[in-house]
Amino acid sequence: MAFKLDSKIPEGPIQEKWDNHKFKCKLVNPANKRKYSVIVVGTGLAGASAASSLAELGYNVKSFCIQDSPRRAHSIAAQGGINAAKNYPNDGDSIWRLFYDTVKGGDYRAREANVYRLAQVANNIIDQATAQGVPFARDYGGYLANRSFGGAQVSRTFYAKGQTGQQLLLGAYQSMMRQVGKNNIQLYTRREILDIVVIDGRARGVIVRDIVTGDIERHVADSVILASGGYGNVFYLSTNAMASNVGAAWKAYKKGAGFANPCFTQIHPTCIPVSGDHQSKLTLMSESLRNDGRVWVPKDKDDKRHPNDIPEDERDYYLERIYPSFGNLVPRDVASRNAKNQVDEGKGVGHTGIAVYLDFSAAIKRDGKEVIAAKYGNLFDMYQRITDESPYEQPMKIYPAVHYTMGGLWVDYNLESTIPGLHVLGEANFSDHGANRLGASALMQGLADGYFVIPYTLGHYFGTNDITKVDTTHPEFQKCEDEAKAKLNKFLEINGTRTSDDFHKALGKIMWEYVGMARNEAGLKTAISEIQKLRKEFWQDLKVTGTNEGVNTELEKAGRVADFLELGELMARDALERPESCGGHFREESQTEENEAKRDDENYAHSAVWEFTGLDQTPNRHKEELTFENVPLTQRSYK
Amino acid sequence: MSDNGQNITVHLKIWRQKNRKDDGRFEDYTLNDVSQDMSFLEMLDVLNNKLVRDGKDPVAFDHDCREGICGMCSLMINGQAHGPMRATTTCQLHMRSFNDNETIVIEPWRAQAFPVIKDLMTDRSSFDKIISSGGFVSVNVGNAQDANTLPIKKENADLAMDAAACIGCGACVASCPNASAMLFASAKISQLALLPQGQVEAKERAAEMVKTMDEEGFGNCTNHAECEASCPKEINLSNIARMNREFFKSKLTSK
Repeated sequence: MAFKLDSKIPEGPIQEKWDNHKFKCKLVNPANKRKYSVIVVGTGLAGASAASSLAELGYNVKSFCIQDSPRRAHSIAAQGGINAAKNYPNDGDSIWRLFYDTVKGGDYRAREANVYRLAQVANNIIDQATAQGVPFARDYGGYLANRSFGGAQVSRTFYAKGQTGQQLLLGAYQSMMRQVGKNNIQLYTRREILDIVVIDGRARGVIVRDIVTGDIERHVADSVILASGGYGNVFYLSTNAMASNVGAAWKAYKKGAGFANPCFTQIHPTCIPVSGDHQSKLTLMSESLRNDGRVWVPKDKDDKRHPNDIPEDERDYYLERIYPSFGNLVPRDVASRNAKNQVDEGKGVGHTGIAVYLDFSAAIKRDGKEVIAAKYGNLFDMYQRITDESPYEQPMKIYPAVHYTMGGLWVDYNLESTIPGLHVLGEANFSDHGANRLGASALMQGLADGYFVIPYTLGHYFGTNDITKVDTTHPEFQKCEDEAKAKLNKFLEINGTRTSDDFHKALGKIMWEYVGMARNEAGLKTAISEIQKLRKEFWQDLKVTGTNEGVNTELEKAGRVADFLELGELMARDALERPESCGGHFREESQTEENEAKRDDENYAHSAVWEFTGLDQTPNRHKEELTFENVPLTQRSYK
Repeated sequence: MSDNGQNITVHLKIWRQKNRKDDGRFEDYTLNDVSQDMSFLEMLDVLNNKLVRDGKDPVAFDHDCREGICGMCSLMINGQAHGPMRATTTCQLHMRSFNDNETIVIEPWRAQAFPVIKDLMTDRSSFDKIISSGGFVSVNVGNAQDANTLPIKKENADLAMDAAACIGCGACVASCPNASAMLFASAKISQLALLPQGQVEAKERAAEMVKTMDEEGFGNCTNHAECEASCPKEINLSNIARMNREFFKSKLTSK
């Protein structure tokens, strides 16, 4: 049942594709919009912006989130900023340059047409957010301020202190709550998706568990949108929120949605290092810190002195040394890999030896403590709360951590997956960042998808398809509900000895060791067999307390870990089948003489799209060939 | 990681309540070998893992981002919302704030408008209702003009940002003897009133949000300032004064 991957890229020059496409999109007239219903899963930037803009247009929206309020989705934790090509600083930015930087930054593994559209609508996002009352930083003249970010040589990043994600999310949330107040959105909080219901080949609903009562509910609609975020928690330790999971996307995969480039994982270079076994999550320190912070390690690997006692000429500012033109502002994958190289050489710092320094003393000397505090005060405070050390007085210790997943459900230009009627937005899809996402581009993509793309393409879906009436009494709903319930009961019946957390930690160790920052053939094969073994043990030895009824956090965790145990294997398989290096995917077998990622454009300039073929079966690998007509393929160099 | 952390023993008195209708009671637990580098919630994770291994029901508590920004975590710790550290959410609180052999009392938020769901989890959906009644600018997607068309005085933009930093955790309500939500509502009213984009609807917004606040069962402000003291984001009390001005304007000036 091989599926056909039609990317539906519109004809014409890249600058005109989106305009032409919007004109060709079928419209639903205002009176008819209220006859259509849509389910939106997730209330982060993509989900909240989609729910609010679709409700504004007149569609009936049902919105689902796992937290107690839509305002808590993990987009809220994004710190640094959001990119747009406004060129307010007059420093040479343009839509074309933002497009170019994003394709190059993604190491040429993204679809050009999608990226161009993203760069085109980015400016509208800044306008929309400002109109909503998002308090972006301003200069003394009252105009919007910009800062620079890794992977770009212009200042195009808009920010709201170190809380840009929070402010953009609250803007989208408030727009959404306005529609909730008008009864255009039905809001369902504390709900977890257990299955996607596909009827006559179209996505028509979801099975959810109310995590307060334990009740299983059926919800039907004319279309389903997944904006359920990324799957970084497969590594157990990541910067994702505790409830972030792959559940909804994974269920869609098992129902026939292609999963693209699952191995493309972003390891963020500046996180607070792991301190011990009790660690439950990792905390990111915004990449914007690299604007003023200098990364270094001691030149001598046995140097155990306090960082402040190590003189200048005995420090190795390795990013500045290796990459003189970008210095500390190289893209994330490059910065992360270099930190790992230093640690592997035995130059790591701190009591674990798994960290490097990020030093602000030069910036404080140059600009004064007040200026640095105004820029990064909240981040410094956060760092101090966690580590009990002050970055004003000594360098921060940082180390890379899993942060974002560029892979996700495959979508065409309309953001529709291989299941008709199932659209996927934001981090949950695979579309715009290729093999590496640039800083301040996640917020841009989530909001672009929700505010400015789906309102057009969903109308086109409704306008061009005959969607029959179904309700929740349809036998497929019954079947999906029965299966979901059986699975929950199975978790409760195993009655073994190890908790979900135990299995999750074990999986995380395998993933970090073999499918982390550097991968090789032998390691990936080991990962596949170890994950298969662990999955077997999970289904024989899991311990879940309590019952199906009421709040049962252990039962919730079991479901999420079960999905991760399947996804982890697919990620390893995807990494194994891509022997080239590109962006965040670094295969040790494929590197340049300077240890940079070496692409194989002849054989791997494609997205790998995986098709589910059954439990414990090897999935099929399909290809979407990528063509680069506008950005010439070059070896990335940030020297 | 500070290399200073020691391992301590703590005695926990935790509020256990099966569901909304259950009366609830304190239960005692002792944990040994707690690293002071652990966060408070990681300490509860350790307790829960132990409970699950013993076949017992783990303690339910709300949490998500664990980096102090989502506003999902709560907890009254020794009678203080989010515990003893100023400007710190529970998830960012670390065990180095506690001493060896200390007894720690852990309770849910207690307010009529925040009923307990289970153990330490409460229902804070009344906050969402307050926002949906007026905590927004009525601008549909597509309406916006260029973002730099209206310059905004930096001072006002900064004050708006300070107010907008609210994470909606509810510590202000839990700390207030009247269980008032005025700091929460005023932060949103202030943020939007300080910006030209929010000015158009400022009066209606204040009137509607105050009305919803009353309907949801929150009390009034009698200037205890416990809210400001407990706020993990240091939202300033002056926002309540600004809200009152907006509210009076809505009541005293004709349409």
